[in-house]
Amino acid sequence: MTETASPSNIFANWREHIIYIGFVAIFIIFAATLGDRGFLDPNNLLNIIRQTAIIAVVAVSMTFVLGTAEIDLSVGAVAGLASVATAMGIDHFGMAGGIVSGLATGAVVGAVNGYLTTGLGIPSFLTTLAMMGIARGVAMWISATAAIPILDKTYAAIFGSGNLGPVPSLLIWMVGAGLVGHVVLRRTTFGRRVLATGGNETSARYSGVDTASVKFRVLMISSIAAALAGMLYAGRLHSGRFQFGEGDELSVIAAAVLGGTSLFGGAGTVIGSVMGALMIGLINNGLVLMGLEFSQQLIARGAIIIIAVAISQTRRH
Amino acid sequence: MTSPGSTVAVRMTNVSKHFGGVRALEGVHFEVRPGEVHALLGENGAGKSTILKILRGVQPPTSGTVEIGGVPLTTFTAAAARAAGVAMAFQEMSLVPTLTVAQNVFLAREIKTGSGLIDDKAAIAETRKLFAAMGVAIDPTRKVADIPAGHRQLTEIVKATSQPCTVLVLDEPTSALSANEVERLFNYVGKLRTQGVAIVYVSHRMDEIFRIADRATILRDGKHIITAPLADFTLETMIAHIIGRRSRGFSDVTRQTATLGEPLLEARDLSGQGKPIGVDLTLHRGEVVGVAGLLGSGRSSLARVLCGIQPIVSGEIRVKGKLVTIASPRDAIDAGIALVPEDRARQGFVAFHSVETNIALPNLDRIAKHAWVDHAKSAALAERSIERLRIKTSSRKAAVRTLSGGNAQKVVIAKWLASEPDVLILDEPTAGIDIGSKSEIVTLIRELARSGKAILVLSSELQELLAACDRILVMSEGRIVRDIARANLDDPQAADTLDSLQHAEQQLNKAMQEARGGLVQ
Repeated sequence: MTETASPSNIFANWREHIIYIGFVAIFIIFAATLGDRGFLDPNNLLNIIRQTAIIAVVAVSMTFVLGTAEIDLSVGAVAGLASVATAMGIDHFGMAGGIVSGLATGAVVGAVNGYLTTGLGIPSFLTTLAMMGIARGVAMWISATAAIPILDKTYAAIFGSGNLGPVPSLLIWMVGAGLVGHVVLRRTTFGRRVLATGGNETSARYSGVDTASVKFRVLMISSIAAALAGMLYAGRLHSGRFQFGEGDELSVIAAAVLGGTSLFGGAGTVIGSVMGALMIGLINNGLVLMGLEFSQQLIARGAIIIIAVAISQTRRH
Repeated sequence: MTSPGSTVAVRMTNVSKHFGGVRALEGVHFEVRPGEVHALLGENGAGKSTILKILRGVQPPTSGTVEIGGVPLTTFTAAAARAAGVAMAFQEMSLVPTLTVAQNVFLAREIKTGSGLIDDKAAIAETRKLFAAMGVAIDPTRKVADIPAGHRQLTEIVKATSQPCTVLVLDEPTSALSANEVERLFNYVGKLRTQGVAIVYVSHRMDEIFRIADRATILRDGKHIITAPLADFTLETMIAHIIGRRSRGFSDVTRQTATLGEPLLEARDLSGQGKPIGVDLTLHRGEVVGVAGLLGSGRSSLARVLCGIQPIVSGEIRVKGKLVTIASPRDAIDAGIALVPEDRARQGFVAFHSVETNIALPNLDRIAKHAWVDHAKSAALAERSIERLRIKTSSRKAAVRTLSGGNAQKVVIAKWLASEPDVLILDEPTAGIDIGSKSEIVTLIRELARSGKAILVLSSELQELLAACDRILVMSEGRIVRDIARANLDDPQAADTLDSLQHAEQQLNKAMQEARGGLVQ
């Protein structure tokens, strides 16, 4: 038995690090081929971050959900609902009221998702699929399908449209969510229980892990993170709209899976998921700069994601 | 941990456990002293696992009392039993494959740094120390999914003993261990014994029991039979206590001496990955051959290699004298070898599909016209199978889950018979089936052999092997070590068939134990 496993492990598990290799490779290719079209312009790079930060924040919490071998398809719709709730809250009670409304929306949805999944035993795939429609419908209903403007400048600046010196607030949110998520998943007992639950639920239960409570909390976190994403949309675009976040659930899951998180649970890293989100943003940006038409972008993006996931998820048997 | 002065680590008094009408335990007394290794023996279904479940708190007894270290156990939860000092090494059931060895050992009670975060470095160092105490080198940083089964088993034991305990339960702890690892484990168990830990040791391997145990308690049919120091037992008396004198309902199976035809299946020097090792095997037309062996003997591996589920490393397989290449289950089916797998519910059938759909599944090519399933043929096949195997079902359209265990098993056999294989391999064909249906399945096996098939039966139930087989191979450590004609096991002087059967079972049991002992020494 050798104790020098670490270097050889990295080599043996290179697939788990494919996201970093791929990210660097694509960045270099774009830098070389698209440098003259402004790819490396700091503004362009900051734009990539602005466009992907919200996806990245939700990808952090999705890592936890997938880590327990559950899924949350309602995150996009919850973001839309929370943006509306926040805008209405600010309108009636001011900034603090808006923040509370947004987060409370996430907490309520998360509690319902968690109860239906762990209490009634409905698979999270179905629970959150249904919740996706309900949340979107409620958002349309309470906003009468109209955009609700946000006039509070401070709120908008903090949640997405402002800068701290040269640093966009969205970047701070993304880095903050990534760091907190990383430490929680890697270094806290809760994070360990998340991966144990998804790795083998029976074993986890035999070891004294309350797997139902872990799943409940994970779905709760997911909805609150989705609500935060909605609040960032609201701040960035100075309004609450039911359409915000539409289709984000797929981008978020793709980002997490690209980053090495297993759809079967038990394995995943928060940093990987954030990198996955950035990589999707990077690809989108590069394809636009290449002058591809939207239809071509969709095809190219789909193909790149399939290749990356195929490489990262194929395991020896 | 033990309260001072307590002379008994575990005391179960008059413990009974009923599941509906089934009496799993009936007034059992069980006592383990601090600093002793106490073997708990009995056949499958004798009540061992029920005792263990009560001991680790997952099931309350129906009546009777349980004391741990002199303190009565009143709440039966895993946490309460653990707090009372009972640690249990599961058969790999508490390990999460995606976490590392160290993370598993400290799962749900992680070591933390001053700031409340998990201290993985400390866990790794601590785990390394624990393994060093056992004398084995297992890298704590490796993922459990990536380490061999033996190491997983040792990890399980280290995990159980990493917290202070007064009672340690080891359930078949050596089934995946090499001889060398068994030595390390026994040294380790000896160390714990001198520290005053009471060890409950469950194993089918009598040679190990005789080496390590101080006393033994034997259960049979949920009742306490005997508790005595090991010195009071011989292998013969121990087996006699375990099996007792009873019929398991196979007495109505008639075993006419079959007229053997030509060899249908021949294996020469067949080896798989790890197990089996250099197996020679010949099955003749009309013959039922049994394979007996303890847990880990390589019984199931042999079946999996013959059926293309596990790769062949070396050796050759002939069917009807013709060399065949078997690299996948499809190859085996094409060559005429069919496997009725052990885990019916998971591998054998789709429970909510009908009898007809299940039987059709492996035979779709035969009953299909181009891509279209020929429903008339499919129905005819189902009707034929129901009649041939006497499957009791309301109709061929009934879902398999509505059938009894025995009839569901017949559906599985029917699936594979429809392809008219020459060789049928049955892995634990009557596991989980009620006694009446068991003998019906065994009768069916005899009939199939008479109709010209060669049949290999792998089973842990010796009575079933004795009822079904013409010849019994004994496996140990991946090798076939004995080849016993069924007729040679009967006692010519026996007064009646029951006596004769008991004699045969005892002989076979002894042969299995001796097979192991011979290899270990």
